Amino acid sequence: MSTMSTSSHPGHRLRQRGLDVASRVGAALALLAAGPALAVKDLPGGPAVNQLNLHPPMTRIAENINWLHWVMLIICLVIFVAVFGVMFYSIIKHRKSVGYKAATFHESTAVEIAWTVVPFIIVIAMGAMATKTVVAMKDTSNPDLTVKVTGYQWKWGYDYLKGEGEGIGFLSTLDVAHRTMSDSGKPSADVTDYLLKVDNPLVVPVNKKVRIITTATDVIHAWMVPSLAVKQDAIPGFVRDTWFRAEKTGDYYGQCAELCGKEHAYMPIHVKVVSEADYAAWVSERKKAMAAAADDPSKEWKLEELVARGEKVYAANCAACHRPDGKGAGPIKALDGSAIVLNDPAAQIKILLNGAANGAMPAWKQLSDTELAAVMTYTKNSWSNKTGKLVQPAEIVAARKQ
Amino acid sequence: MSAVLDHGGHGHGHDHDDHAHGAPHGWRRWVFATNHKDIGTMYLLFSFTMLMLGGVLALGIRLELFQPGLQYVNPELFNQFTTMHGIIMVFGAIMPAFVGFANWLIPMQIGAADMAFARMNNLSFWLLIPAAIMVAGSFFVPGGAPSAGWTIYAPLTLQMGPSMDMAIFALHIMGASSIMGSINIIVTILNMRAPGMKLMQMPLFCWTWLITAYLLIAVMPVLAGAITMTLTDRHFGTSFFNPAGGGDPVMYQHIFWFFGHPEVYIMILPAFGIVSAIIPAFARKPLFGYASMVYATASIAILSFIVWAHHMYTTGMPVTGQLFFMYATMLIAVPTGVKIFNWLATMWQGSMTFETPMLFAVGFLFVFTMGGFTGLILAMAPIDIQLQDTYYVVAHFHYVLVAGSLYGLFAGVYYWGPKWTGVMYSETRGKIHFWGSLIFFNLTFFPMHFLGLAGMPRRYADYPLQFADFNAIASVGAFGFGLMQVYFFLFVCVPMMRGKGEPAPQKPWEGAEGLEWEIPSPAPWHTFETPPKLNATATRVVG
Repeated sequence: MSTMSTSSHPGHRLRQRGLDVASRVGAALALLAAGPALAVKDLPGGPAVNQLNLHPPMTRIAENINWLHWVMLIICLVIFVAVFGVMFYSIIKHRKSVGYKAATFHESTAVEIAWTVVPFIIVIAMGAMATKTVVAMKDTSNPDLTVKVTGYQWKWGYDYLKGEGEGIGFLSTLDVAHRTMSDSGKPSADVTDYLLKVDNPLVVPVNKKVRIITTATDVIHAWMVPSLAVKQDAIPGFVRDTWFRAEKTGDYYGQCAELCGKEHAYMPIHVKVVSEADYAAWVSERKKAMAAAADDPSKEWKLEELVARGEKVYAANCAACHRPDGKGAGPIKALDGSAIVLNDPAAQIKILLNGAANGAMPAWKQLSDTELAAVMTYTKNSWSNKTGKLVQPAEIVAARKQ
Repeated sequence: MSAVLDHGGHGHGHDHDDHAHGAPHGWRRWVFATNHKDIGTMYLLFSFTMLMLGGVLALGIRLELFQPGLQYVNPELFNQFTTMHGIIMVFGAIMPAFVGFANWLIPMQIGAADMAFARMNNLSFWLLIPAAIMVAGSFFVPGGAPSAGWTIYAPLTLQMGPSMDMAIFALHIMGASSIMGSINIIVTILNMRAPGMKLMQMPLFCWTWLITAYLLIAVMPVLAGAITMTLTDRHFGTSFFNPAGGGDPVMYQHIFWFFGHPEVYIMILPAFGIVSAIIPAFARKPLFGYASMVYATASIAILSFIVWAHHMYTTGMPVTGQLFFMYATMLIAVPTGVKIFNWLATMWQGSMTFETPMLFAVGFLFVFTMGGFTGLILAMAPIDIQLQDTYYVVAHFHYVLVAGSLYGLFAGVYYWGPKWTGVMYSETRGKIHFWGSLIFFNLTFFPMHFLGLAGMPRRYADYPLQFADFNAIASVGAFGFGLMQVYFFLFVCVPMMRGKGEPAPQKPWEGAEGLEWEIPSPAPWHTFETPPKLNATATRVVG
């Protein structure tokens, strides 16, 4: 019986895991009885701890839906109590063990008609109640702001098409630290927006009708924000739309709602609803930043500048899978020491633009020429890769043309 | 396996002295089986094995979801688990189990010697074995098992590895098996009823299977179409669903769900038939509204063809489409409600006892109805926009499939088990299985309603921390539920199969009715070799 001195000993880890599991089982069972307070707090605009019902509504449509749901619940509860009241009464009273003798009746046309017609009427009434809301949810006409939402594997792209802010466009990706936390197996309990935090939220003004146009570049995704009662599939090759008018400022969260591959759980949505004044300020600040950052693809860069820029691109886009140390894991290829990275820029550009392994490595052609050149240069000059070579944005421009 | 029939077969069959041979022995009996009882037994054992395999995958899912964060699997493998859990349970566990019941019961219930096409029956079963091997083996090929969900939507399926093609092939084989089985059932029921048994006199189980068989023949080819188009998109340069080539991913969903919705009714109608046999037996009172039950079942089957797009409310269909499918879906609640009321009216003023078959049948009524209510709520398009692809849907379909179909199957095993094996199960153990299953089932799936309302999406390997407690409860429940099924197999099924228990009388249930109770327990290897003479209601053998 050797001492298990290192925590990497499998037996030690299993025992630790076992203790974790046991304590979790205990906590879960304790919750059934009394419900001890938990470390994580409610996320306003997102899920509450042990939330029992739909989110508090932030739009008129969401209010309608919540109301509809309550009505349905109450009707179902009434029918449930009636039907099972009868059933349990029968179970107790109509038993052989208390001497009850069986009746012999076995049909009644009148009763059959009654319990066909009455539910039919109830169901018609329910349908009628919902019809107005269905029609209203589909009416995307006369929006104040139109935003195109593009689903990628595995992030969202937002492009402001019409209205104040037109021309602004950016990607919205899950915070890399959260993805790493997920892999660690132990997300910290004080992270209230775990798996919901993004780098660039969608910013929209309050009390304005926002039309959301959805599409995708690869597989079907779905854009969902429960507080705003919005869910719309993002279908490649197709354009769909939906709308919302948020009535309160705040942060509202959602997640991708159509299985889209391995990182399906890691492409959240954050809608930041701000006052008109704040929105105008954000728009102008954003436009200035875009103008400043606009990269001229014919610019000739120096190695150190490209590597610095590439480090940022790598951290935001590649590190989640290829790891900050470039070593990858399992089927994810290591970039550190990779033959393609070291010697074959044409192959590396092709993979970056088109993806590889049937989409397991997604395509990155939506990044700018400068960003792609920078990240390639970064991979060629980091970790143990010391090629001293650089890739200018113009080479990416040329490769795209092929 | 010969223990199933050895202790009853040859000596007790007092109406079969003229058959010249006994049951064959050894592997040939099973590989070349043409006997409906043997084939029924094989289907049941196959489906239970698949239930265990699908169950292990479910436990893998719940183990990972027990705590937030990834502890055991990566998200890709997690989605292989969710996909194969679904495929194995739907096509490997539930459907073949009901076919096993059909094989065992239909000939006996209508007074026929066997199924119409005994050799095709053999093929229908044995086709399932290579299919199951491909399905289970798909985990071990490069890229692992398919991970696109049991619904295998395009264009995600274009990104799957070779296991996708294996799954498509397996689905084709299973579809062929189902279609052949259905042809067999229809011809047997329509042609081989004993003289004097009118269609409106046969047991409701036969009616539900007759209708289910038509549904199967209608929709399995549609699935075959969808998966073949996926195959050619993947390998042969077509673009049915590939938008890059001008194809339409939404068309895949239409084709799939045109199969998919009748499919879920295929999985529940035979359970309705089983429950319709058990409740009258234990209430000692005839089934209320037999004709109405037949019409309600037929209405459900017909309506099931026009509701498919309620799975697609968020795909962007026009308002008229959403409204039509909403109204049609809500309509299905009406005949389903009629059936529930008829079962209730059967219980009402009966003289009930609650042996295990009745416990499961009544449990079915209670918990299936809850699943029906959540289905009605989901039918409302505006509400569905919030709940589509969340755990609310997962809760709904597990309530109707587990507490519905699976409980119906359990009820049937307890009810007809003594007829099949000649031995009574232990009533105490049956009750333990029932109560344990009921409690753990609800512990597993009730919290999922809350998770769905709170917005937790499906097919997620990890989730925001606020969802942690309900996930933990669900995981504990899942392990308990799984344990109960192992208990069921080891302590109820195995003793019955081994002949260990009280010898079963010909009719162990005082109120049971039907021709299967007119023959000994265990049922002799050949029954009704000559068509029996029946009484006026076609429920007793006379003369």
